[in-house]
Amino acid sequence: MVNAYAIHPATIVEKIREAEDINTYRLRLIDEQARQQFRFQAGQFNMVYLFGVGEVAISIVSDPDEPELLDHTIRAVGRITKAIADLRTSDVLGIRGPFGQGWPLEEARGRNVVIVTGGLGCAPVVGAIEYIFRRREQYGSIKILHGVKTPHDLLYRERFDSWRRFPDTEVLLTSDQPDKSWNYHVGVVTELFELVSIDRLKSIVLMCGPEIMMRLGVPILIRRGIPAAAIYVSLERHMECGIGLCGHCQMGPYFVCKDGPVMRYDRVAQWLGRVGV
Amino acid sequence: MMSMVSERHGVLAKENLQRLLDTLSAKGYRIVGPIVRDGSVVWETIQSVSELPTGWRDHQEPARYRLEQTRSGEIFGVVHGPQSLKPFVFVPREPLLQIERTKDGFAARQMIPQLEKVAVIGARACDLAGLTIQDRIFLNDAYRDPYYAARREGLFVIAVNCARALSTCFCASMETGPRAKTGFDLALTEVDDRLLIEAGSEAGFDLLADLSLSPAPQKLLDEAATRVDACGHSQVRRLERSRLPQALYDAHEHPRWDDVAGRCLACTNCTMVCPTCFCHAVEETPTLDHQQTAHVRLWDSCFTQEHGYIHGKNIRPTIKDRYRMWLTHKLASWIDQFGMSGCVGCGRCITWCPVGIDLTEELPALMMPGGRSSVIGQQGEST
Repeated sequence: MVNAYAIHPATIVEKIREAEDINTYRLRLIDEQARQQFRFQAGQFNMVYLFGVGEVAISIVSDPDEPELLDHTIRAVGRITKAIADLRTSDVLGIRGPFGQGWPLEEARGRNVVIVTGGLGCAPVVGAIEYIFRRREQYGSIKILHGVKTPHDLLYRERFDSWRRFPDTEVLLTSDQPDKSWNYHVGVVTELFELVSIDRLKSIVLMCGPEIMMRLGVPILIRRGIPAAAIYVSLERHMECGIGLCGHCQMGPYFVCKDGPVMRYDRVAQWLGRVGV
Repeated sequence: MMSMVSERHGVLAKENLQRLLDTLSAKGYRIVGPIVRDGSVVWETIQSVSELPTGWRDHQEPARYRLEQTRSGEIFGVVHGPQSLKPFVFVPREPLLQIERTKDGFAARQMIPQLEKVAVIGARACDLAGLTIQDRIFLNDAYRDPYYAARREGLFVIAVNCARALSTCFCASMETGPRAKTGFDLALTEVDDRLLIEAGSEAGFDLLADLSLSPAPQKLLDEAATRVDACGHSQVRRLERSRLPQALYDAHEHPRWDDVAGRCLACTNCTMVCPTCFCHAVEETPTLDHQQTAHVRLWDSCFTQEHGYIHGKNIRPTIKDRYRMWLTHKLASWIDQFGMSGCVGCGRCITWCPVGIDLTEELPALMMPGGRSSVIGQQGEST
């Protein structure tokens, strides 16, 4: 019987500073059997545990083809994540997972992929992008549209640069509060829709960021003729169990931890933006 | 068919009920029964029939619970107290892991409870329905909860068929009672000075055989059925479920939510007494020297501030949001999630609500015209 609450210790093998309050922790499960059994899909998450402090749900950023190293990009915002920020290489965190539904990368095969992200919302899609680029020939055109508030908030700058070197790939960045150093677009991410052509029948859209970005952004795509069923969003809710038991992450009839976090837009459309849901 | 009936049923003089308890004790069961304590009936470990609330009756109304002593010899005159069967399987406080700091980090030990044989006497049909729902939640998914499973395995349920309905009962309209149909090991019906005993499981049949009871005469079976049926008919509250869940989803903007939110104290009582509510929080309780910590599961409630918190925002900041969440979940989204209603009609949430909010009154009000249809994306939202 699998005990979903069992926590497995994992060593921080590398801590990468992404921004003032954001770090990526590269974790390696200590127990060999646990490490070898751990397989995940891009877009899934782990409950990350700090001894004596607690757990927090964090998406897995790393490449599902390399499941022995798990990257988690964590912003220090709450009690637990602030304590995690003080950790150093060789310190130990706990992991349980992976949980939830990842990105539909099989369904995306052979199609054009449009990735729309905002802020730290780019993290849950990074693994999917890496997965796709490892199989570049199996996918159509790739368009990555990413918006940040200030240039300071731009994570994974080198990755974006490396992705744009792939064939038939566009990477568009935008900031709505830019400074002089910003060489890209100015405005919110949905404005980038005007700058790319999206084949309405061949494309699949993966979207992650603040809920308001999806609520306002998706209807624009739908007006451009992209079917609601070809748009996937990754949602955020409070999660304590990861398996649809604790009840916190409910959104209408769904448990975001179990039915999501990645969900087909047409299935959640009526719940997104409903007050108090 | 008749021989089936006689095999399933036996009759025991009420004065001999202790034999049933003793037989269970001999089989290693700890016996838990209803007792009167602090003005209400609660489950406690008992040894003797004399501890049961013989001669007591409970009266329940919205926000009101009173025990009354009568001259009757009824053993099971009290219908139910605040607890259902839930606390026996999904316990209010469950240590999940005991974690110790080590020189390499930490080591976690899974605190799966030891199998304990517990026989609960006096559960009602609504409680059995609640247990069935909890089983569906904790045992029937990809992740079978080992804590719940261990407690469930040791549980032996002796149900009592209801011969008296409380004013707050509406199990008949929920089709969960008043007769215990499934989910029990034994079911008792108190008919004057006799107890009709029905076996509902292998373990129940075994126990019935050990008691070597006299077969139940058809007249007693008929009389028991008549009394239980009459109890169902006597219920004054009901819940109309035919348009659920959609009608409740459609009522998202109904002004009645403001009305009920004006009364609701968000005290969480309704969720604490509910036989089906399963929300929980996971808490870390380190020792002072921070060398050990327990990872503990605690009952939580969707009426608390923290329940809907995500970084920088509360998904359900107002009492209106939370009452709507609770009722919509209980009667609508629960059906989508588990294929069954989250309400069993026990009425506890009505009795134990300090201001007497009554879901059998709120639901029809929410089904009345008066709500605007919900338009997606047009409400304000703080981000």
